[in-house]
Amino acid sequence: MSVKASYSDDATKGFLTWSIIWGLVAVLVGVLISFQLVFPQLNIPPYLSYGRLRPIHTNAAIFGWGIGSFMAMFYYITQRLTKCPIWSPGLARFQLWLFNLVIILAAVSLAMGYTQSKEYAELEWPIDILVVILWVIFALNIFMTIMKRKEEQMYVSLWYIIATLVGVAVLYLVNSAAIPVSLFKSYSAYAGANDANVQWWYGHNAVAMVLTTPPLAIFYYLLPKITGVPIYSHRMGIIAFWSLIFMYLWTGAHHLLWTPVPDWVQTLAMGFSILLIAPSWASVFNGYFSMNGQWHQMRDNYLVKFLVFGITFYGLQTLQGPSQAIRTFSAFIHYTDWVPGHVHMGALGWVSLVLFAGVYYLIPRIYETELYSVKLANAHFWLAVSGQLIYSISMWIAGIQQATMLNATNADGSLHYTFMESLAEMYPYWHMRAGGGVIYLVSLLIFIYNILKTVNSGSSGSQTVRATGAV
Amino acid sequence: MLDLLEKKPVILLLLSALVIMIGTAVTMIAPFTWINDPSLKIAGVKPYTPLQLEGRDIYVREGCNNCHTQTVRPLVADVARYAPGSTDGYSKVGEFVYDQPHLWGSRRTGPDLARIGGKYPDAWHYKHMADPQSMVPKSNMPGYAFMRQPLDSSLTERKMKALGFPYTPAELEAVKGKTEMDALVAYLQKLGNDIPWRKAAAAAPLVGELKNPYTDNASALNEGKLLVSQNCAQCHGEELKGGIGPALTSLARPEGEIFSTIFKGRGGMPAFGDTLGREKVWKIVTYLGSRTGKK
Repeated sequence: MSVKASYSDDATKGFLTWSIIWGLVAVLVGVLISFQLVFPQLNIPPYLSYGRLRPIHTNAAIFGWGIGSFMAMFYYITQRLTKCPIWSPGLARFQLWLFNLVIILAAVSLAMGYTQSKEYAELEWPIDILVVILWVIFALNIFMTIMKRKEEQMYVSLWYIIATLVGVAVLYLVNSAAIPVSLFKSYSAYAGANDANVQWWYGHNAVAMVLTTPPLAIFYYLLPKITGVPIYSHRMGIIAFWSLIFMYLWTGAHHLLWTPVPDWVQTLAMGFSILLIAPSWASVFNGYFSMNGQWHQMRDNYLVKFLVFGITFYGLQTLQGPSQAIRTFSAFIHYTDWVPGHVHMGALGWVSLVLFAGVYYLIPRIYETELYSVKLANAHFWLAVSGQLIYSISMWIAGIQQATMLNATNADGSLHYTFMESLAEMYPYWHMRAGGGVIYLVSLLIFIYNILKTVNSGSSGSQTVRATGAV
Repeated sequence: MLDLLEKKPVILLLLSALVIMIGTAVTMIAPFTWINDPSLKIAGVKPYTPLQLEGRDIYVREGCNNCHTQTVRPLVADVARYAPGSTDGYSKVGEFVYDQPHLWGSRRTGPDLARIGGKYPDAWHYKHMADPQSMVPKSNMPGYAFMRQPLDSSLTERKMKALGFPYTPAELEAVKGKTEMDALVAYLQKLGNDIPWRKAAAAAPLVGELKNPYTDNASALNEGKLLVSQNCAQCHGEELKGGIGPALTSLARPEGEIFSTIFKGRGGMPAFGDTLGREKVWKIVTYLGSRTGKK
């Protein structure tokens, strides 16, 4: 059956463009702060010091690049899976403006030092309100499109999209609750250990609802599209979905092991973190088993590489994460460079590789053209993976070394090394990390050049794309 | 059942929300009851004064929490490093009841600051904040000399009211004319200072015989010299002619007393026993003795 539908991809084009711009900003700032850690004289206080730039780096990466490109792809995927044009293209266009306004306000206000200080929820309360409006508009538009769908059965990607819409709303509203003092200053509504527990319930589930369910939605959509074979097991997808969104919410306190947060909360978080391996790996296996008989595509199809490496890093991430959530191991590596190594495997390896695949897949289709250069896409892939591995591996080694030094004691029970002695040993690793970041930056520039050339060769005039109904 | 879910988005939406709320209720909502348990209160912990609160806001503004944690874990190395001399100096719920937001952090690029209050004299902080490398040569901390600018005190009273902290007109008046650095140092000096751990640690006597094992051991001198330049010169000067701390060029005190001062701290001087250990402290004592000419 072939239903002719008139999809609106304006919003997708806009969000893709801007998310890539914010992604570049995130990596540029990331490279800068990685050098600041090696050469403190590169800090230019007050506006360009590490303490103010790091939140700009994380916000640009998670919200600018991550959420921006999810919005682009959710609009694209939802229309195709529902065989229904978007509920309100006007609202989507307005949402793009609001999105960019929020990101710009975020960057400027963080540089000015206006911050609530809670990680990944730094933005002051007036911007929080704009974020809520932005999310309601987005959720409404996507959900109404699903309500009006012409395809009764909802494919697994749509479940992940729906869970994302609900999850982010709940998390953000609760954690950002604050007592305003002025337009630029507020205090958290919670104090001390309560505030910490709420924060990491948010912080870890932002990983779930922003950095896991959206890329999974995109992965489940792209893999069959790109390989031409269906997902291995629908049933496994269902089980993985429900257990993932159930278990994730119990695990926030693994960020707070050995802190004054009640022990039983920590123990639950530790247990559920281990359990999470199952639903995470169900998606990994679903990806791998779908590739049965198709592994030659790793050679023939550049997009398959992005997806398979992406899901593999997801698998590694969801083994390493739970191991870090065990009390004894956490006691060793927590607060060291091991953790940024872990985070960047997820952000640069898993999330970004899937998003790159999405951009490469979408751009030629919405601009009705061919990718400018597969060779450049391959170069992008290998440089990105190399840069990321250099980053993560050097940080893991650094973390283990620092942890070992900080825990070393003399025969009389006194500490063997001072804090500064351990810090001084970190410099070589920090140089390597900065080098990895530069390689990743180069890969990103190649990617952007390739996409620009592709877009320029495409049709620029048409506002909507006539698409055949095949999903 | 599952079939129904895949066809009914509203039910899928509501059920997802419900599933998300189960873990949320148990691990995010319920713990409030445990954490707010009145028996966990610590009597000595007082709300921030106007100047300390302004200092805390500057700490937040500059994102100090991106590199410094404020939780000492109940682990041997953590307690020895950040609550030296104590066995139970790790962080407890009651310390944080006035912290909105909490500033526990997630990464120790620099050391934990939960017990920094009283560890160094104010002068050390002023010098270190303005130019960290002048005090700690290999440090990668940014300099904050710009904090010598006047503190904006226009919102101080509203801030105190928003948090419900008590204050006197005199305290508000005292904030005026202060610099941002004054406020920040006032905040840092409060951290960990209103809980009992430090007094208990200071009162604990040194056990064992105070006898220098390196007397007449020339090889200890070189190591002692290095240790002094790493740990003592910041405050006592490169030539040990004095700075923030007094000159050490003519120490006419018994070795046991010098050892005890370094090991346990005294007045504005931090304790080095738990970071350096007995052997290194004795090597420092030996070197200082050689500097004064005669032991």
